[in-house]
Amino acid sequence: MLELRDLTFSVQENNKEKVIINHLNYKIENNKFTVITGPNGSGKSTLAKLIAGIEKATSGQILYDGQDITNMSITERAKLGIGYAFQQPVRFKGIKVIDLVRLAAGEKLSVSGVCEYLSEVGLCARDYINRDVDASLSGGELKRIEIASVLARKTPISVFDEPEAGIDLWSFQNLIKVFENMKLKQESSIVIISHQERILNIADEILLLVNGEIKSYGSKDKMLSEVLQDVEGCCFYSRNNN
Amino acid sequence: MNEIEKTLLEQVANLHEVPSGAYNIRANGTSAGRNTTANIDIITKKDKQGIDIIIKPNTKNESVHIPVIISQSGLEEAVYNDFYVGENSDVVIVAGCGIHNAGDKLSKHDGIHTFHIGKNAKVKYVEKHYGSGDGNGQRIMNPETIVEIEDGGYLEMETVQIKGIDSTKRCTRACLSDNAKIVITEKIMTHGSQFAETSFNVDMNGKNSSANVISRSVAKDNSKQIFLSKINGNNSCSGHSECDAIIMDNAVISAIPEIKANHLDAALIHEAAIGKIAGEQLIKLMTLGLTEQEAEEQIINGFLK
Repeated sequence: MLELRDLTFSVQENNKEKVIINHLNYKIENNKFTVITGPNGSGKSTLAKLIAGIEKATSGQILYDGQDITNMSITERAKLGIGYAFQQPVRFKGIKVIDLVRLAAGEKLSVSGVCEYLSEVGLCARDYINRDVDASLSGGELKRIEIASVLARKTPISVFDEPEAGIDLWSFQNLIKVFENMKLKQESSIVIISHQERILNIADEILLLVNGEIKSYGSKDKMLSEVLQDVEGCCFYSRNNN
Repeated sequence: MNEIEKTLLEQVANLHEVPSGAYNIRANGTSAGRNTTANIDIITKKDKQGIDIIIKPNTKNESVHIPVIISQSGLEEAVYNDFYVGENSDVVIVAGCGIHNAGDKLSKHDGIHTFHIGKNAKVKYVEKHYGSGDGNGQRIMNPETIVEIEDGGYLEMETVQIKGIDSTKRCTRACLSDNAKIVITEKIMTHGSQFAETSFNVDMNGKNSSANVISRSVAKDNSKQIFLSKINGNNSCSGHSECDAIIMDNAVISAIPEIKANHLDAALIHEAAIGKIAGEQLIKLMTLGLTEQEAEEQIINGFLK
């Protein structure tokens, strides 16, 4: 279980303190599928980075299975069992897809082992394993490889920062199946930051973040109508976007 | 051959034992072994240090290994090796130099390699430089490569200098005839207070000739690197040079690419980039459970692979 206790993150902007995450309290239960949603600038990605250790909390605590991890490094948290998928996947010169998945798995996976993870995210594995994780791959391909690298870690909790960002609607239709499969397995806790109704639809819990605060949270059934009502008329949340 | 010399040989030529095919092993200034084949002859020069390697026309799928190793502190040598590659040949040439200096005197190897590549011949040339030993004596290598490629010939040159060379000045000059092609890939890593300068000068004189010079380097600690490349398009031709460098610590890197078109149909491109390791690359690998140092090693290894 991941617990956020009075978590606050602020930055200095023009000599003024700007609060991004404001005294946030929340518990992410084991093996639950949690979707964090909310308007742009509400602090969703910052919250994901605070969990992964990429940003350090200004105050408050993060507890993982009761252990205080607030001051742990990115590496320590990763080793403890927190996975994190970037919103903008990172590119590398000279690191191949197979190398990245192997690094993620933490062992010298067999070629077929690597292929399994790539197939899981809908990539025809043999075409990809020996390609560099660089600009020669499309945005959608990089996104799938990023997700495969998190799957290969088999962590008890994985945070995905806007998996739909930067990819076209057609690619996303396929990608959503990856998350639907994860949901079916229920083997670990999944936290997804998303605006997509189809992602919201498979959530156990939905958390609505506005201005760095939790506006409301609860089960999907309770939250879905509220979230969609809140943004009536906003094209990003169109009820007919499927 | 002792263990140190065997290690050097393995590092510069990937040799664990005597290679198959033609070879000439030079150890501490003298010949430590030679083999010739029906198609490849190796002859000792009479007027200066070095050898002539003569490859008959139409020689296919053969290789020549000519590694040089120095384990004697204070040895300084200049060696001239001339390659004559016959028409329509297709061969692999592996050179390379390893210096182990455990003493206080300077050890230095200057290798001057001249390639005469015949019509439609295809050559892959691999050259690795490596230094070891914890003496105060410097390990210095100044390789010079002079290439002439006749009509339709092709040279793929791969040079690697990853470790242990205190000072190097590499100079490569090439002249290309009609339809000739050269591809040069260079990989360099310097550390400590090492210095490496590489300079490429390619004259594309022939119609439809092409040149591609690709350099990837990493400079650590207080080391210094200079990359110079000059590609001259003197006919209808295409040329490309690319220098991509990672800078670390207090290192200094200069990249000075120059392209010159002396013909209307010369198409030339140069690219040069120097920068430190991107923070997000380190973060990505750290989210996979690597420490910052492990992440850095993976990024550099990949970059120089």
